[in-house]
Amino acid sequence: MFGAGGGTSSYREMEETDLIILWGSNAREAHPIFFHHVLKGIHNGARLYVVDPRRTPSAQWADVWLGLDVGSDIALANAMGREIIVSDLHNKAFIDHATSGFEDYAAAVEGYTLARGETITGVPAEAIRELAHAYATAPTAQLCWTLGITEHHDAVDNVLSLVNLALLTGHVGRYGSGLVPIRGQNNVQGGGDMGALPNRLPGFQDVENPDLRAKFEDAWGVTIPPKRGLHISLMHEAMDEGRLRALYVVGENPLQSEADGEAMQRRLGGLDFMVVQDIFLTPTAELADVVLPAAGWAEVEGTVTSSERRVQRMRKAVQPPGEAMGDIEWLCMVARAMGHDWPTPTAEEAWDELRSLSPMHGGMSYARLEEMGGIQWPCPDESHPGTLFLHGRLWEEDTGPKAPLSVVEWTAPVDPLDDDYPIRLTTGRRLDSFNTGVQTGRYQSPRRIAGVLDLSPEDAESLGVGEGDMVQIVSRRGRVTAPIRLDRSLRPGLSFMAVHFPDDVDVNRLTIDAWDPKSGTAEFKATAVRIEPVPS
Amino acid sequence: MDIRLLLDRPTAAEREAVDRVLGSATSDWDGGGPSRADGHVARGGRATRRRRHLLLPALHAVQDESGSISRGALGYICERLSIPPAEAYGVATFYALFDTGKPRAPVMVHVCDDLVCMRRGGAELRIRIEETLGPEREGAGERSWGSSPCLGQCDRAPAALVHTAGTGYETLAPYDGVTSQVTIGQDRGELTLLRRAGVVDPASLDSYRAAGGYSMLDRAIGIGPEGVIASLEISGLRGRGGAAFPIGAKWRGVAEAMGPDKFVIANADESEPGTFKDRVLMEGDPFALIEALTIAGFATGATKGFIYVRGEYPVAETLLAGAVAQAYEAGLLGRDVAGAGFTFELELRRGAGAYICGEETALFASIEGHRGEPRQKPPFPTECGLFGRPTAVNNVETLVAVLAVLEMGAETFASIGTERSKGPKLFCVSGDVTRPGVYEVPFGTTLRHMLDLAGVGGSGRVGAVLVGGAAGAFVGPESLDMELTFEGAGAVGAGLGSGALIVFDDETDFGPVLARIARFFRDESCGQCVPCRIGTVRQEEALVRIATGRTIGGLEEERTRLGDLARVMTDASICGLGQTASTAIQSAMRLGLAGAP
Amino acid sequence: MSDPSVTVTVDGRDLEVPAGVSVLDACRVGGADIPTLCFGPTMTPANACRVCVVEVEGSRTLVPSCSRRVEEGMRIGTESDRVLHSRRLVMELLGSASELDRAGGDLPRWMELSGADPSRFGEAEPEKGRQPPSPGHGHESIPGRAATVFEPVKVEDELYVRDYSRCILCYRCVDACGVEHQNTFAIAVAGRGFDAHISTEFDVALPDSACVYCGNCVAVCPTGALVGKIEYDMREEGVWDETRQEVTRTVCSYCGVGCNLDLHVQEGRIVKVTSPHDHEVTQGNLCIKGRFGWSYVGSGQ
Repeated sequence: MFGAGGGTSSYREMEETDLIILWGSNAREAHPIFFHHVLKGIHNGARLYVVDPRRTPSAQWADVWLGLDVGSDIALANAMGREIIVSDLHNKAFIDHATSGFEDYAAAVEGYTLARGETITGVPAEAIRELAHAYATAPTAQLCWTLGITEHHDAVDNVLSLVNLALLTGHVGRYGSGLVPIRGQNNVQGGGDMGALPNRLPGFQDVENPDLRAKFEDAWGVTIPPKRGLHISLMHEAMDEGRLRALYVVGENPLQSEADGEAMQRRLGGLDFMVVQDIFLTPTAELADVVLPAAGWAEVEGTVTSSERRVQRMRKAVQPPGEAMGDIEWLCMVARAMGHDWPTPTAEEAWDELRSLSPMHGGMSYARLEEMGGIQWPCPDESHPGTLFLHGRLWEEDTGPKAPLSVVEWTAPVDPLDDDYPIRLTTGRRLDSFNTGVQTGRYQSPRRIAGVLDLSPEDAESLGVGEGDMVQIVSRRGRVTAPIRLDRSLRPGLSFMAVHFPDDVDVNRLTIDAWDPKSGTAEFKATAVRIEPVPS
Repeated sequence: MDIRLLLDRPTAAEREAVDRVLGSATSDWDGGGPSRADGHVARGGRATRRRRHLLLPALHAVQDESGSISRGALGYICERLSIPPAEAYGVATFYALFDTGKPRAPVMVHVCDDLVCMRRGGAELRIRIEETLGPEREGAGERSWGSSPCLGQCDRAPAALVHTAGTGYETLAPYDGVTSQVTIGQDRGELTLLRRAGVVDPASLDSYRAAGGYSMLDRAIGIGPEGVIASLEISGLRGRGGAAFPIGAKWRGVAEAMGPDKFVIANADESEPGTFKDRVLMEGDPFALIEALTIAGFATGATKGFIYVRGEYPVAETLLAGAVAQAYEAGLLGRDVAGAGFTFELELRRGAGAYICGEETALFASIEGHRGEPRQKPPFPTECGLFGRPTAVNNVETLVAVLAVLEMGAETFASIGTERSKGPKLFCVSGDVTRPGVYEVPFGTTLRHMLDLAGVGGSGRVGAVLVGGAAGAFVGPESLDMELTFEGAGAVGAGLGSGALIVFDDETDFGPVLARIARFFRDESCGQCVPCRIGTVRQEEALVRIATGRTIGGLEEERTRLGDLARVMTDASICGLGQTASTAIQSAMRLGLAGAP
Repeated sequence: MSDPSVTVTVDGRDLEVPAGVSVLDACRVGGADIPTLCFGPTMTPANACRVCVVEVEGSRTLVPSCSRRVEEGMRIGTESDRVLHSRRLVMELLGSASELDRAGGDLPRWMELSGADPSRFGEAEPEKGRQPPSPGHGHESIPGRAATVFEPVKVEDELYVRDYSRCILCYRCVDACGVEHQNTFAIAVAGRGFDAHISTEFDVALPDSACVYCGNCVAVCPTGALVGKIEYDMREEGVWDETRQEVTRTVCSYCGVGCNLDLHVQEGRIVKVTSPHDHEVTQGNLCIKGRFGWSYVGSGQ
């Protein structure tokens, strides 16, 4: 967000803020310990608003749940923005001092009246108005989101529409107020920190900036390609067009985790060469030419970065099985096999090199990470305590670069509902499982809900199916069979599947790989389907 | 909150019973109908959780309707109030009047087997009932029965409380010839606290007013809150519920707390064995309690009051409910009370069979919809009481005495009684006496005089008097000249407690009496703190061993053990229940009433 | 700005301590050795066990040191005969009603120190199991026998075991499941008095309840009444040995919250996962994935 890519706030701020919005986030199930901090906030008097198509367990804690239609987030945010402006509740001093683009933004949201907001989102105008007023008038407020915002064809615009609300009200850059994307995987933040992005070097340093590139080239003794690389959806495109012929997959299971499973099968199967480095022989690995057995969690050392930008150490507790080795070992071995003289560094040595090149990590020695229970970046030097919240500069005399309000327009989900595909299918996680279930499938959870289609009781009744009945779920791309689970948290026309059981029910055979041109994220969250009873 | 319910659903009758208390569900999200007009928005959260205090009334509604609380009904209540079912179950199983096990016979007879009734025909009654209805709690037919601790009908023993599903409660006292009139032991003469009881029509506000009712509210309004509190301070009135705290100081504490968000409560959970004075007041003069509580609200600035009435007092509850309704109708409750510009809302709450809820902090928890477990003090209720707000809790008799202070004037009131115990006082005399009942006398009257009034029965010779109920102490015949005052009772190692005087003649076998007292505390301990939860059990076990002559290591060792238990319960229990659970037993040991070799 | 401080006297010694700390903290600062059982460092004191009571001048009864805050001039006694008596009796009572041989922490030492003799209340009654609760209706005691809280062991799933014969009703599991941490409220205290016990609604099995298997109750149980299935099985087999376990701190492998995990490893195998209660992210709490989702480690193909 206007600078480094990380949540602006700390978890502890959830406990002391006045208002919390969870937008497209079912943190109660997907981020349970983050939700503990939210709960403390609730008990301390914070109001909770949850924006989510489903009335999730998180939403059941809310003072108000706004059950918008899937993919209508921008319309809701823009309607809130307009309402805040027309009610004169925007923070004019902050807008003048710290932001740019207000006039254009105000003009752009002018068309998003409460009535239009209701038409697009389904949420009653009164509830939109209430949330707008509550957010704008709260002394402090946190706006949190997860994949419900980002797994859409317009993911980046979705995020920008929320950032706009924070800038409009001054709810960023001070203790208690902020913007919090809660990360779905233990090091998705750290991956970004480390430069695992097509356009960034470690520490969010722009790969297309020659000075920054030069610093790394000096340190590494190599020439770095001066252009950004491909994000995942562009890689898919390149595979489709035959421009990408070889793939090195580290700890991913794209055959099952990516949208439009049939297309993925075709792409991976059509490669000249694929290496998969993983702790399991995943279905993706089964397609590989070479599989490198990786050491996994608890078997290697390293660091990860959490959703509050806290860098923490991972430690080795047990020996990896058989021939498995850590990712660093494999990478260096592959490099040596390719003729480079790469000694294998320890995790700490690799980290110290990173610290020397990434200013935001400069002060994070292993010793300090140990002593302080992790450190929140930026932490430029060893006297720095780490950073509780970002963008405090926006409230200072010298704000630095102004934070831009962005013009974003709502567009409907790419996969439209019609008479043939009348039901919206959305996807997500359940409490006890994780992603494609490669790890969580291996413990015996009494709470496991296997591959099922969650459906409202009303839809089930009109289809003449009941709990446990098998149905076929058909999208424009494929069909899968699954049993029905009745779920009162769904309204008619909305259905839900978890992503954890691809071997039983491969939901990504249904999803669309329409993707956001800005982030490369596919629209997992909005699929049009019809449901056909399977005669028993 | 994200509660998860069992799959059982309520019956239509259960749903209606709950809806009568909570109103109809407004949304599918809180258990309403199948329509999904609200599929895009739901409200709840804090607003719903704030209604948790309706849990106890809702449980009553279901129990009253069905005679037990089914899984489906509990689930529906939980859904409506956003209460996790395990917590609601924890609350339901706390109270003796709620059944959560297998469905019960439609008629349930709760037969008192406590100290007084067992001496006054209760033992025979139990045998008779067992012959007709079968073993306790196992009757499968139309009627079933179970034992109950003291029902507060000691003047009309033996007593039973009958619950009929769909109809409600009825007190049978005595069991074979119900007297519904208020019984007052003595000649009416110069009564103050009891002067209207049994004289006015308790169901009629007009009758109350004709007898001078509500003139003290006018007087209070005339002298203002400070005037009321100053009067109470001068009067020396101290609480009559057992703790003897000066009421003026209590009210001043609450009055000085800022803001209108504070409470006054009438503690009408009269459950001390041998005590029934508050019942007589409420059944005979219910408006007096409401008037006094209204004055409490006026004086302290509390805009909301509760009367927490014992669940085993259906007559008092019905009369009070009617009286509250009439007072609202007459503008004597609600906004702008009596045209004097202050607000006072009053709500009646029913207990459900738990002695501990007479402890003020347990009473708060009970009203709030939690288990009736006491809290550690400090903080004290005047600072942190009901819903965490400043609260004045007063016993029924104390509140009625406030009217007396205002009526006769603080100085006159203070001139009655002794230096430290002032005003008229009610005593409940029962047991081996010929004229059991409530007696009003000035503080300082001797125990002997009370026995003369009530007439010693049984053998005609006093063996011991239990002063203050199960939490009180035994006094031997050598101490009959003690003055019945706070200080006089203290001098002989007793306390006045609730004003119960249970008389035992000199032919009494005290072994079973002490075992029954011990069982009372075992049954009534909330179970929160270790000294009381386990100590009351070990105390009862020891007394059963002594009563049956099967001691461990001889009597002297049992006495040592009981002494150790008494000490830890007194020193380390959270609340007064544990702290007094051994008082009567230790006093009996000192008097040599039981455990003599 | 430093917090204001108050002066208190502990066992005759004057101490300056920050205002607002508990009497327990003040006593420990003063070097007094005070046992605790129901007190949990991340929780509001339940002050139910009463083993930490001390004498405070001016107070009629003893005072639970865990929940009482210090006040200026408070005079505290931790070693008086009265205090030692209550401490011993509380432990005798607990030991007479519950099985304490797997209690952790300081309990065995304190049992010894205080000279507690739980057997003095008579032989434990035969194991009869808990009857459905009917509070206030009298319970016949068996002459000569001491009632216990015995319940058959509940093994209802592969994650944890509930062995309530070891329960001392300290409320920690209820508070951890409830408002202090997890806010799931799958368990509560049901029944009353000696029949009070930890229960789901209508005593249904845990998988039928609201339990989300976070194990945050297991993490706070002081007596081994709640325990992971692996630990329970190893203890029953007699192979659980904490002296041969190494604890390694790491970060959970799942979502992006960054929960710290302590991996307890015995003979190269993870046998238990906990979280440090003094880390601000988790305060000792985890979710089902963090606490139990590690079976895949070492199972790679």
